[in-house]
Amino acid sequence: MLLSREPRLHHLTATAILAVFLSTSVEAAPQAGLPSKPVATLPTAEAGADPRPVAEGPQAPEMFRLANGMGVLVIPDHRAPVVTHMVWYRVGAADETPGRTGLAHFLEHLMFKGTAKVAPGEFSKTVARNGGQDNAFTNYDFTAYYQAIAKDRLPLVMSMEADRMTGLRLTDKEVLPERDVVIEELRMRIENEPVALLQSAMNAKLYGKHPYGRDVIGVKSEVEKLSTADALDFYRRFYTPNNAILIVAGDITGAELKPLAEKYYGSVADRAPTYVRKRPAVEWPKAQEQERVTLHDPRVQEPTWLRFYPAPSQAGAGPREAAALDVLAEILGGGTTSRLYQALVVRDKVASSVQSWYEGDNLDAGDFGLYALPRLGGNLADPEKAVGVEIARLLKDGITAEELDRAKTQLVASDVYARDTQQTLAYTYGSALMTGVSAREVFEWPDYIRAVTAEDVLAAAHKIFDNANTVTGELLPEEKP
Amino acid sequence: MMRRRILSFCAALAAFAFIAAPAEAMQIERVVSPGGIEAWLVEETAVPVIVMNVSWEGGSASDPKGKDGLANLASGLFDEGAGDLDSETFQKKLAATGAVMGFSEDRDYFEADFKTLADKRDEAFALFGLAVTKPRFDPEAVERIRAQIATIIARNMEDPGWIAAQGWYKAAYGNHPYARPGDGTLKSLGGLTAADLHAFTRNVLARDNMKVAVVGPITPAELGPLLDKTFGALPAHAHLPKIPEVKVPAKAKTVIEKRPFPQSVVIFGRQGLKRADPDFVPAFVMNYVLGGGSFSSRLMEEVREKRGLAYSVSSYLAPMRHGALMMGELGTKNASVGLSLSLIRKELSRMAEGGISDKELADAKTYLTGSYPLRFNSNRKIAGELLGIQTENLGIDYVDRRNAMIEAVTKDDIARVAKRLLAGDGLIVSIVGEPNMSEKLPEGTKLHPMPEPSGRPSEGAPGASQ
Repeated sequence: MLLSREPRLHHLTATAILAVFLSTSVEAAPQAGLPSKPVATLPTAEAGADPRPVAEGPQAPEMFRLANGMGVLVIPDHRAPVVTHMVWYRVGAADETPGRTGLAHFLEHLMFKGTAKVAPGEFSKTVARNGGQDNAFTNYDFTAYYQAIAKDRLPLVMSMEADRMTGLRLTDKEVLPERDVVIEELRMRIENEPVALLQSAMNAKLYGKHPYGRDVIGVKSEVEKLSTADALDFYRRFYTPNNAILIVAGDITGAELKPLAEKYYGSVADRAPTYVRKRPAVEWPKAQEQERVTLHDPRVQEPTWLRFYPAPSQAGAGPREAAALDVLAEILGGGTTSRLYQALVVRDKVASSVQSWYEGDNLDAGDFGLYALPRLGGNLADPEKAVGVEIARLLKDGITAEELDRAKTQLVASDVYARDTQQTLAYTYGSALMTGVSAREVFEWPDYIRAVTAEDVLAAAHKIFDNANTVTGELLPEEKP
Repeated sequence: MMRRRILSFCAALAAFAFIAAPAEAMQIERVVSPGGIEAWLVEETAVPVIVMNVSWEGGSASDPKGKDGLANLASGLFDEGAGDLDSETFQKKLAATGAVMGFSEDRDYFEADFKTLADKRDEAFALFGLAVTKPRFDPEAVERIRAQIATIIARNMEDPGWIAAQGWYKAAYGNHPYARPGDGTLKSLGGLTAADLHAFTRNVLARDNMKVAVVGPITPAELGPLLDKTFGALPAHAHLPKIPEVKVPAKAKTVIEKRPFPQSVVIFGRQGLKRADPDFVPAFVMNYVLGGGSFSSRLMEEVREKRGLAYSVSSYLAPMRHGALMMGELGTKNASVGLSLSLIRKELSRMAEGGISDKELADAKTYLTGSYPLRFNSNRKIAGELLGIQTENLGIDYVDRRNAMIEAVTKDDIARVAKRLLAGDGLIVSIVGEPNMSEKLPEGTKLHPMPEPSGRPSEGAPGASQ
């Protein structure tokens, strides 16, 4: 089986989503905030923009909009008298001014530094005193804050979250030590992780000048210079109700939430125009251009091989093609029955593990990724070659009905498993709404998977692999002089 | 997409075990099969997912001498062929049900984590039963998983967190089985055979050392016969080696592994308390205030909030069957290792000498009791709690009693247990990086201005404890 402790892909998350403090366990996640395809400016799917109900049924989310423009999504789950309360801002690392990278994430940290009503550091302490847990996270396209807490404490966290939406107070006394904290976070996630350094360099090649080509946490030399004024400017421009959505999952209905949302968030005045995201175009490697990043690191003994292909985001591709890309990734390198595992690990013995994934969760572009670790003492050329053979075979012969069924069964099952937990559901809806995907699409996702045909998968494969404009990464030991 | 998005969420926030409300809503039933196999069940019909967690006493510390890594190798092989099904056939059948099974081990236990869609229940349980009762350990699969683990071992040796932990256990536990790496060494791994794996299965996967927790849409009447079908063929009795009790020496020691990382990884610890110790619950509350409570903890306040020295600093209790630890971790730039450790030591002493304040105690209690329901918000988490309560022998009514035990803790209890755990400088510290061990920062490195004392409640401030 795929061993859970394998240092497989959790490193790949290092440069993507960041939290205000560290969670203890890390699950393997084929997630990199990598690249994809330039998409013309897309209309963002905002909560409430689609007048149709998300769906019918007791578990279907409900959406509405407050008078000040703030969207609201309610996801009922009445198993326990608790709720997950989240506020999402439609701004992230991709919206930073050049020279001030890392600002979105830095501000996320600073949002815990107090307002006129809540002293520095008291936000989290108050949540904890009330039996709740809180955190926040930043990605390229969004920044979000959340608390999980007993249902009867919902008004408390709503009032505090609404208060810091426009009431943040910052001074150097609080800001400068926190900047050092963020630099420590950067050391931990990037500088201490050779694979993260490789991934950063590969992203830069894949996305060119588009902000997805740099780390969410920012460029160290720029983060070190971020100021209180920088943070406040960013805050005043982007933190406003018309650039935010509220998501509450748990033991609550839309009818119960609406008056609370109006009371706490509806009373916050807009203070900036609604933000329309415009980023520089993604500059993919040109067709047939095969970029290669080779990184030697004295801390590394065992080599790692990575490859990124340009791919559309889910918003750019639409749900049908995105579902086909998910199925393709599952068939090619999703698990032990996948083609790459069977060929490289079982048959040819040129790798000890191999995986593929489709990443479509950012707004402007996605990527299709491959990852292989050679067996002990092995080289990177053999797995790279074998991957090429398997991809060519898939393009030539297509896939079998059995493979298609198995992949779809597994993807639908994992979607069902994921719906077991309310905060992951809330996250899924929130990140979708922030990246141009509708709540309806999330709700109906298993149907999109079920509808994928062998022809769809083959078409998706041609779209990804035909141009062969890739970025390949090699992490190797230090070169011997 | 659900899965994609969720994986990224888990990676960012795995921290949070939340949820749901057990109390009045949740009914734990003790199900005993016709064949005498016991499982604890929570019947939960909200989602069509059945989760089953199983543990067997007998983890990596039970690996026979010279066969380090046996339990770990076995953990990679139970879904690689069983009964008449070779590896590929087994994997394809399993994938076709959508079920997921995983095996793992820690020092004390071998565990299985299994979930299936409710409508694929019978096929999926049959495959799981086959896996644990008739594993094949075919040569192809054994060699493949052995190769996979070899790369893991080699990569672990590049990982500062892993190196620091190994160094710590070696310093604290010497030659005791708890100090051995669970994955084994390249040498020990190379010597393991199919015969060893079959012996492991016979000795460890038995019925008298097994605990089972099931959550999902399944009734006790349905579960009973299913338990017999799944586990009935296991041997009645396990055969486990006797593992000696072990204590951490009270003498302070620091081990440093020099590696070119810009941030040092620091693991520190000393003797802790076993789960059955009457002082365990007070120690749990004490640790929340010391370093378990994220932003509400003293370590976080002193090291991160006031001085910006670390992104992450924490402490935790690690009770085991034959030993117990009071542990902590820190990541800080090499220049500030000495300073951070001195602040941490100061906090440990302050706790040992002064315990905690009324306000700290009250805040810890409202958090620890109020957040307990957040551990029960999904079938998967409920199953994990049910299994933990069984392996620790806490009693089937523990969920109802647990918060009262926290409420009953007094400041005197905390002062007593803090003295017991933290008095004197007996800290064992393991560091990987290029640490400056001086409390003084090197020339040119400066701390940013510390916030002046504010009017806010000073949980973490020096002098707050009486």
